[in-house]
Amino acid sequence: MSKYRVVMYINQFFAQIGGEEKADIRPEYRPGPVGPGNAFKMAFGEDVEIVGTCICGDSYFNENMDSAKAEVLEMVKKASPDLFIAGPAFNAGRYGVACGEMASFVKAELGIPTVTGMYVENPGVDMYKAGTYIVSTRNSAAGMADAVKKVSALALKLLKGEKVGSSVEENYINQGIRVNMFEEKRGSERAVDMLVKKLAGEAFTTEYPMPDFDRVEPNKAVKDITKAKVALVTSGGIVPFGNPDHIESSSASHYGKYDIEGVTDLTAETYQTAHGGYDPVYANQDADRVLPVDIMREMEKEGKIGSLHRYFYTTVGNGTSVKNAKAFAAEYAQELKADGVDCVILTST
Amino acid sequence: MAGLKVASYIGALGKDVTPDEVTEYETLTLKEGMAKYPDLPRVGYVQMLQSQGLLHDTYVYGVDAKKTLSTVIYPTEVMDGAIISGNCVSACDKNTTYVHENNPIVYDLFKRHGIDYNFCAMVITNENVYLADKERSSNWAAKLCEFLSLDAVIISEEGFGNPDTDLVMNCKKISAKGIKTVIVTDEYAGRDGSSQSLADAHSSCDAVVTAGNANQVITLRKMDKVIGTEEYVGIIAGGWADNKKADGTIDVEIQVITGATSEVGFFNLSAR
Repeated sequence: MSKYRVVMYINQFFAQIGGEEKADIRPEYRPGPVGPGNAFKMAFGEDVEIVGTCICGDSYFNENMDSAKAEVLEMVKKASPDLFIAGPAFNAGRYGVACGEMASFVKAELGIPTVTGMYVENPGVDMYKAGTYIVSTRNSAAGMADAVKKVSALALKLLKGEKVGSSVEENYINQGIRVNMFEEKRGSERAVDMLVKKLAGEAFTTEYPMPDFDRVEPNKAVKDITKAKVALVTSGGIVPFGNPDHIESSSASHYGKYDIEGVTDLTAETYQTAHGGYDPVYANQDADRVLPVDIMREMEKEGKIGSLHRYFYTTVGNGTSVKNAKAFAAEYAQELKADGVDCVILTST
Repeated sequence: MAGLKVASYIGALGKDVTPDEVTEYETLTLKEGMAKYPDLPRVGYVQMLQSQGLLHDTYVYGVDAKKTLSTVIYPTEVMDGAIISGNCVSACDKNTTYVHENNPIVYDLFKRHGIDYNFCAMVITNENVYLADKERSSNWAAKLCEFLSLDAVIISEEGFGNPDTDLVMNCKKISAKGIKTVIVTDEYAGRDGSSQSLADAHSSCDAVVTAGNANQVITLRKMDKVIGTEEYVGIIAGGWADNKKADGTIDVEIQVITGATSEVGFFNLSAR
C-alpha cells in the first residue's frame, strides 16, 4: 500500500528562519518535513509521508492574504496530498489566522481534509472553526508534544476515512454541529456530579451551552384590516386529505403550499392533520379548528378583511429543527411578499 | 388497563419471596433531615411529568397529571409505583413505568445522600399545553423549592418542543429564588446536528446534561421475523415516507426508539 501524503503549513518562526524580523518572508516550499513536521513524522509512523512544507511569514500572509493564500494553494496542489496540516499555532494570533485561512481554503478548493491546532482563545478559532478541524492546544509551543499527538490522531482518522466522533472525543473545537456520543457515566450520574460541583462553587462544563436565541419582534399592527390581503400559515400540519406531499408527522423536512380558491370550509373528507405531536381527533374532524378558513371566508364576505390569500402554507412543528423551520419561512415569506400579502395569521397547536 | 392488570398479577407473585438483596433508602421528614444533617446543603429533584394530552400522559396515584398541581412526594414513593406512564408518541424521551420506578436520578441522588448533601424531597410538576397552566405549574414548583429551603435541584424534562418552555420556566424561576439548578434534557438539533437544539433558552440554564440528538438517523437491520405491522414505519414520529428500503432495512431517527434519549439519564448517550 502506498503511503498517505501530507503537506504542512508553518510560519517563519517554526521553520527556524527567524522571529518578528523575518515575519515578512514570502511563501516558499520545501520538500519533506520542517520543524514540527519532524515530530509529526514520528507520530505518524510508517503509513504517512510528509511530502512537503509550505512556509510563509506571518506579517506577509496577513498583509497580502489573497495573493499569499493563492500562492500557497498552488504549492499544496502540486504536491497532491491526501491531507493538509497547518500549524499548530497555539495562541499566536496572526499565525492562527494564517493557519485557519489556509486550512479552510485548502479544504474548500481541493476538497481534502484539513486540520490545524490552536489555543481556544486564539482569534483564529472563531473565524475558522466551521471551515476546518481545529484541535484544541495549550497556549504556547510548550504544548507541542501534546498537540502533535492529538492533531496526528485526528489526521490519521481522516486519512483512513474513519468516522470522526464528537468534539470532546476527538479533541477538536466544536464546530457548532451536535454529534451524538456515549459517555462513560449515565446521564443521571453526570447530573449529580454537575450539581455537586455547582453547589461547591467548583468549575463544571455544561454539555449544551445555551444558544443565542432568535427572538423575532412582531410587526406593527395592520393599519386597515378591511383592505388587507391576509394569508394563513400553520405549523399544525393541516394538509389536503391523504397528505399528498408526505409531510412527516415529526421532524418535517419540507412544507406544503395548497390552493384554497373557492374553498369555504375544511371538512373531514377534504382535509386532515399530518401532525404527530397532538391529539389529531378534533383537527381531523374539522381542520378549520387549526387553519380557520371558514371564519376567514365569512369575514371576507362581510368585508371585515380585504381578502384571503389564495394559498396557505403548512408544515408540522413537532420535533422540526429550528433551522429547518427558519429555512421554510425564509422561502415562503418571499413568495407571500411577492404575492402582495399584507399580513399573515400564523397558527400553531 | 390490560398491562396494569398483568403487572399487578406478576407483582403479587413476588410479594412473599425473600429478596436476594436488601437496600435501605433513608427518607426523613423535613424536621428529622434538618436535625440529622444541619451542615449539608439541601438538595431536591424536580421531575417534570409529560401531560400534553392523548398518548402524552402520566398518572400519579391514578390521577391524570394534567389535572394535578405541582406537589411534593418522597423519592421512595416512585420506587413503589406512584407514577406510571401513559406515553407513546416520540418515544425516545418518554419515561416508561419501569423507568419511573427505577428513576436513575432518584437512585443516583441517594448514592451521595448524607455525604455531599441532604436529599430532602422530590417535587413533581406537569407540562400542560396552555400558557396559564405552564405559568401556574412553574410558579408552584419554584415556590415549593423555596418552601423546602432547597439549595440546589436537578430538573428533568419529559418530551421536547412544547415542554422545553416548561423546562426553561422552571429553571429560570427556581434559579431566581437563589437555588442552584442542573437540567437534564435531550436535543432536536436536526439530522445534520446543525440546528439550535431546544425550542426555548435562558441564561440561567448554564448546567445542562444532554441525552443526545433525537434527530440522528440510524439504519435498523432487516428482521427475519416481524411481529405486528410495518404499516406505520413511514408515519411514526421519527420516520418518513419511503424510509423502508428494498433490502428490508429501515432508516429512522432515534426518536422512534423508546427511551433512546432518556431525559432522566437512564442511558449513557450524550452529544457535543
